[in-house]
Amino acid sequence: MSLPLFAPHDDPGPSFVHLLDKLGLGFPEVTADPSAGLTITHGTTIVALRYADGVVMAGDRRATAGSSIAHRAMDKVHPADRHSGVAIAGAAGFALEMVKLFQLQLEHYEKVEGAALSLEGKANQLAQMVRQNLPSAMQGLAVIPLFAGYDLRRRQGRIYTYDVTGGRYEESDFHADGSGGRDARTAVKMQWREGLDHDTAIELAVQGLYEAADEDSATGGPDAVRGIYPTVATITEHGFERVPEIEVAERFAALIARKTAQGLNR
Amino acid sequence: MSMPFYVAPEQFMKDKADYARKGIARGRALVGTLYTDGVLIAAENPSHTLHKVSEIYDRIAFAGVGKYNEFDQLRVAGVQHADVKGYQYSREDVDARSLANLYARYLGQVFTHDMKPMEVEILVAEVTPHADDDQLFHILYDGTVFDEDRFTVLGGEAEAITTRMESAYTTGWSLGDAVKGAVKALAGPERTLEPKDLEVAVLERSSTDARRAFRRIENGELTTLLA
Repeated sequence: MSLPLFAPHDDPGPSFVHLLDKLGLGFPEVTADPSAGLTITHGTTIVALRYADGVVMAGDRRATAGSSIAHRAMDKVHPADRHSGVAIAGAAGFALEMVKLFQLQLEHYEKVEGAALSLEGKANQLAQMVRQNLPSAMQGLAVIPLFAGYDLRRRQGRIYTYDVTGGRYEESDFHADGSGGRDARTAVKMQWREGLDHDTAIELAVQGLYEAADEDSATGGPDAVRGIYPTVATITEHGFERVPEIEVAERFAALIARKTAQGLNR
Repeated sequence: MSMPFYVAPEQFMKDKADYARKGIARGRALVGTLYTDGVLIAAENPSHTLHKVSEIYDRIAFAGVGKYNEFDQLRVAGVQHADVKGYQYSREDVDARSLANLYARYLGQVFTHDMKPMEVEILVAEVTPHADDDQLFHILYDGTVFDEDRFTVLGGEAEAITTRMESAYTTGWSLGDAVKGAVKALAGPERTLEPKDLEVAVLERSSTDARRAFRRIENGELTTLLA
């Protein structure tokens, strides 16, 4: 490898994606038709909701390929940088690559410019990446991210959702995406209110995922046999923090016990 | 018709080296030193926005003295190289040694072939899980690389500062001692440097951020460490 040095008019600036393009390492466009017999791995349900200190993000762990389970322990909620996170639903391979590129894009900008992007700037960067994936999305390889973070300038949590065309929408309170997104959204909607505390917010995210797994075959529920539980993370002014798996397991156990006591688990 | 002058190659190189050294000597100096928990870089720099010390990658830092636009261009190229390498291979495969070699090659190339040599000296440092493996690469304007195992001084008055560092340095000193020692060496006997005149950063082995070891030490913390 040589030192990448560019003339002033040719410099890719703080953009890592442009840098890759300049070096001929950009993402190749998909031209094959994946409906022709290929089974693509898909990731499923993701949830984000705003609370008093910031946002909670959560996602189940299952990835499916057609009607079979491809992975039982895939992580769909990732830190994007210190104060934001990205969760993904859709074609798993592309989605994970998009997360990796997005993380690098933010870090690269921060290092080259000496300052982090604003939360809105990060959300827009992600929108451009989703839009670039549009040709693949048209062929059934859509990636739908959910972006959330703590806005250090406005001192609050913010959530952004996307559609396949790269449309970016700011949600005021909560959102869920993926195959079980509708069920999760309904569950969260029933109990969400302004200024939730940390514990209640995590509880609500866990409940949303539980209901999604209950209704949607592609969403994995808590797996007590293997000890695999959904990913839950909080993003506050102190940054992105994963909720320990043992705590998530306890919350699921409590939820199931409560439902059984109410005669709902029959 | 004009006749081209003959200049002996020795003279030509010497002139270039003198030119580069003069440019570098005009700037203020910088000290990089190992301490018990990693690498400390302290620079005399009254500007709070134009940095001399910055982060390249998870465990690698960069520092430069001399002409700002020239070493900043090298810094950005280093970030670009490291990020691309980590993306193509793995984050673990990005190391200071290969980056230092690339810088050396480039500086050597410019020194030999271009009209004007770069008026910079740079430092590439890496912190590793074991204190014995921490690295300091000091690279000169002509591409000469020094691999230092205690400390190194870049920029104007480097010799005097090196002498002062020689007497201050102790193996495995704490962050506080290292900051005080380095700042005293930079200031010399006749001056005292205030936090506002300094730019200080560390690569910490026991960083709270599991991945990124680079951290700036700024006003409040710096005042405490210097007290």
